[in-house]
Amino acid sequence: MDAIFLQILNGLDKGGAYALIALGLTLVFGTLGVVNFAHGALFMLGAFCAVTLNRLLNISFERVSETETNFLGKPLVEQVPYLEQWFGPEVAGFLLDWSVPISILLAVVVMAIVGIAMERGLIKHFYKRPHADQILVTFGLAIVLQEIVRHFFGANPIPQPAPDIVAGAANVGAWLGLGDNLIYPWWRLIYFLFSAVVIFAVFAFLQFTTFGMVVRAGMHDRETVGLLGINIQRRFTIVFGLAAAVAGIAGAMYTPILPPDYHMGMDFLVLSFVVVVVGGMGSLGGAVLAGFLLGILQSFASMTAIKSILPGIDQIIIYLVAVIVLLTLPRGLMGRPGVAED
Amino acid sequence: MTFRNPNRRKILKIGAAAGVTTLATPYFFSRGAFAQSMDYRNAPEGDTVTLGFNVPQTGAYADEGADELRAYQLAVEHLNGEGDGGMLNTFSSKALEGNGVNGKKVAFVTGDTQTKSDAARASAKRMIENDGAVMITGGSSSGVAIAVQGLCQEAGVIFMAGLTHSNDTTGKDKRANGFRHFFNTEMTGAALAPVLKNAYGTDRKAYHLTADYTWGWSQEGSIKKYTEQLGWETVDAVRTPLGAGDFSQYLTPVLNSGADVLVLNHYGKDMVNSLTQAVQFGLRDKQVNGKDFVIVVPLYSRLMAQGAGENVKGIFGSTNWHWSLQDEGSKAFVKSFGEKYGFPPSQAAHTCYCQTLLYADAAQRSGTFQPSEVGKALEGFEFDGLGNGPVLYREADHQCFKDVLVVKGKENPDSKFDLLEVVEITPREQVEYPPELLGGELGPYNDGV
Amino acid sequence: MLRTLSRSDWLLLIVFAAVVLTLPWTMQPIGAAYPDLLQKFAIYGLFAIGFNILFGLTGYLSFGHAAFLGVGSYAAVWSFKLLTMNVLPALALSVAVAGVFAFLIGYVSLRRSGIYFSILTLAFAQMSYNLAYSVFTPITNGETGLQVRAIRASAETPLRDGDVRIIDQALGVQEVGIPISNLFGMKMSGYPGFYFCAVLLIIGFFIALSISRSNFGMMLKAIKSNQNRLKYTGVHTRPYLIAAFVISGMYAGLAGSLLSITDPIAGAERMQWTASGEVVLMTILGGAGTLIGPVLGAGLIKYAEQKVSSWNEGILHDAFSLLPGPVQDFFVEFATLFVGEGWHLTLGLMFMIIVIFLPGGLMEGFRRLRRALTSGRSSASRTMSSTSPVQERG
Repeated sequence: MDAIFLQILNGLDKGGAYALIALGLTLVFGTLGVVNFAHGALFMLGAFCAVTLNRLLNISFERVSETETNFLGKPLVEQVPYLEQWFGPEVAGFLLDWSVPISILLAVVVMAIVGIAMERGLIKHFYKRPHADQILVTFGLAIVLQEIVRHFFGANPIPQPAPDIVAGAANVGAWLGLGDNLIYPWWRLIYFLFSAVVIFAVFAFLQFTTFGMVVRAGMHDRETVGLLGINIQRRFTIVFGLAAAVAGIAGAMYTPILPPDYHMGMDFLVLSFVVVVVGGMGSLGGAVLAGFLLGILQSFASMTAIKSILPGIDQIIIYLVAVIVLLTLPRGLMGRPGVAED
Repeated sequence: MTFRNPNRRKILKIGAAAGVTTLATPYFFSRGAFAQSMDYRNAPEGDTVTLGFNVPQTGAYADEGADELRAYQLAVEHLNGEGDGGMLNTFSSKALEGNGVNGKKVAFVTGDTQTKSDAARASAKRMIENDGAVMITGGSSSGVAIAVQGLCQEAGVIFMAGLTHSNDTTGKDKRANGFRHFFNTEMTGAALAPVLKNAYGTDRKAYHLTADYTWGWSQEGSIKKYTEQLGWETVDAVRTPLGAGDFSQYLTPVLNSGADVLVLNHYGKDMVNSLTQAVQFGLRDKQVNGKDFVIVVPLYSRLMAQGAGENVKGIFGSTNWHWSLQDEGSKAFVKSFGEKYGFPPSQAAHTCYCQTLLYADAAQRSGTFQPSEVGKALEGFEFDGLGNGPVLYREADHQCFKDVLVVKGKENPDSKFDLLEVVEITPREQVEYPPELLGGELGPYNDGV
Repeated sequence: MLRTLSRSDWLLLIVFAAVVLTLPWTMQPIGAAYPDLLQKFAIYGLFAIGFNILFGLTGYLSFGHAAFLGVGSYAAVWSFKLLTMNVLPALALSVAVAGVFAFLIGYVSLRRSGIYFSILTLAFAQMSYNLAYSVFTPITNGETGLQVRAIRASAETPLRDGDVRIIDQALGVQEVGIPISNLFGMKMSGYPGFYFCAVLLIIGFFIALSISRSNFGMMLKAIKSNQNRLKYTGVHTRPYLIAAFVISGMYAGLAGSLLSITDPIAGAERMQWTASGEVVLMTILGGAGTLIGPVLGAGLIKYAEQKVSSWNEGILHDAFSLLPGPVQDFFVEFATLFVGEGWHLTLGLMFMIIVIFLPGGLMEGFRRLRRALTSGRSSASRTMSSTSPVQERG
């Protein structure tokens, strides 16, 4: 019982992350009709916003220690962060401790700028080009972005701990009056809530604002909206910025769960495409639904009881579900006819 | 012997020599499949001998590969008599004089394995067919090491394995032309188990999470074997896909399994992620069966442990070598590596450096680069002064036998390199096993003609 | 079928054959004249030609073709292990197994089109990869890869650790150590291996040329330009699509078996999505829909992977050795960003630049160049489609 409850919780947590990663991808596809293979790279850049903030807070001057020595037996050169010098160790420690949540602010700004620059500089020339060309150019861009990150940060994962107060696990069992073995990491619960809030906000934005209305109309029938004299182009640019920002904060918040490295974007690329396609290309609701569906199924497929009946099922469950969904529902869970079928 | 001042450009130029000439000179008839006047493949003709350094330069192990390459460059420098000589000064064999090997200057070519067998073999083939390398070395995964070892056997050059920990490299898949300095899962199990017994007692229930491929299984098997001999019970051993990223769905069942030890048979990025997440799940704060829940990471890599940050504190594991060792060899190596690059070397760097020196020494002692002769000089070779105490290159399986370090994540690290502390140096006798145990057959040497 | 080829087609074929067979000499100035790289040029050229029959002609973008490459190479190694080290049974078996596998996957995947088709093929290939790496280890030998081994001593040794080679044993072939694949005694490593691959590449090129000039090829191109119109005229497009899918799957199987023939080991990584992506990139880079383009793209990517990645600092210092010290250091520093361990960056930039400025890939670059040179004259480009190679779809 506890085990099943835990796997459901785990599935929701995973699903939230999947949905959040896929959201921007499907948004861009739905509005701009662009297959963006650099979406994973945007997720990765967001994660590195958290690393960068941490590094910025740690900018130090060097002080030669009088007592200690380094590994070669020479006087140790200590790194003293300016922050510590200016505000004292307490404030500096607090800021460092909370650097991951704070980095969301940085990620939103940086990633929106990156997204807009990317759309203006590159993507807009590819609206009329075949999907294959879009794939090639965005894939090239993804490689370039990750190689740049590697040049500055190296190839190894870089730890980004969550704030101390939420570093451990919450006793979920005690809240619900279930057993003591029902514990779950605080940060994953937070990530789940965070993804719910972001998904809700994106939906509300598209549903209840004029801007969103125009974008939705543009998704449906771009030409008519253009004929009405509305500059749909500028709005689409902003949509791209929004998608990049969503991918970015998803990445920044994910760093305590997965220490970021330059290659993480590629690792998430295939997964995010599968989620988007299972949901139906261009369907926001579909992406969210597919994210949770795949998350929960993946959790259950990993249980020993199920693996002993179907060995290896946890390795392929995502793809298996994709195949079954696509064969029974031609356009994924919630895809519209005519989109991405030619 | 005398050493000149280190001159980086010069050393790099020597490295270039082999590579660039092949860009310009038509090698078609002089090398490769058709003409071979010598009695072994790629016999050096001029005044240089070319070694091939095949390391991951892209992908998850790129940093480890970069560190290996640094060690190789340092070794070449020392062999050619530049720099401070490093471990050449402490090495028990004094055949090498710092004037190259067999009177030839050492040059090298590099390649990218991408941690993929196909890419690694293609890269090694380029070095053998195009660049005239007489020896290939490097790698940071067992799959790649076994694949390249097989290739070197076919091509008729010596392979000096880099970081590869699976039993198979010198077990089931051993080859006459292949040699390994690094230790293996069998030794890890034998060395780690007694330490775990002392720290955690004999009445423990272990839960394994194992990377679902050959190395993972090899490791899981060895740890199970030795801990069960102590009286530990293995509750479950769950296979996880390579590169899973998020391991949470495999961690949740641990909570209810009744286990009080979690063994993570993961390496590299998988290890960083699974350990980080296991700690997040509060496993280490739990009490099970009236005991503190503990995590064990049998194979540590300091470079990768950096990625797990604070989470490694107090966690036991094993390692081939660590820079904080205080013997003369280790100190000399750390000094010359640290002064050149500004940080201490990793265990991958150490094993690669040693392999280069051992190869060069064997070639010098046998007076040729012919694989069968060099191989015979390595077989049964006893040496000391390379940072692991007295070591034997066993004849029967081309595996080095030496003391194994059991380490623990340090509670109060002084620097970002100071992550592990050595808790015990398990003596060589304790980790030795009969060569038949792991099966396989070396077969005959291949000189490539 | 032969009659459909025009005189210029025959000329193209002869020129192609001549260029391929003289590669060991012409590739010398750029340091690519060694057997392994030449073999890879030919093998991946075949893979890309086959992929182009599906993607270039019909516009269906498969993201799972690496699965057929992988299956083909496993089949070839099993043929070596069970039957004989002669390469002909291995070739036949690989192509057959890959064909059957492609039929199964194609039959299911072709029920959908567009990106849904792409994801279906991707899903099948990823499943194959994940399973080959783990639970199918008894068949694939997992991470280590399936290898040819010595004849097993007893029937207790599992087949993946010891071979039987029924035919060779029956013929009384003596083996010392681990045998090498051969064609009736001729070793298939080194240059003979390259020429074997080269001949198959030329044959494969000829078949692709014939297909694109045949009625069948016309039908495939019609599917690409407007499938709906075709359906309205009462044509069942699916059998054509399945046939194209199976043919390109067989090409991939052939390429896979050549990988095993020239180097008898088969690993699961060959099936990973990045490997499928690689052939897509090769094809688009060279020019999808053109005959020569995919081969060029394959050559370029393999050259970058093998040679550009090997230009380390030492080689760069030598290349810039005419410059004075500090300037030399600067140039070397700068160049290391793009070569050696930075070769991925070059690859990424190359993809971007080519697709931005040359939408039709390298072949369009050549066409433009030719048009500029022979300005005024009609550009009789040797493409499969007479217009722009990549049709706009949307």
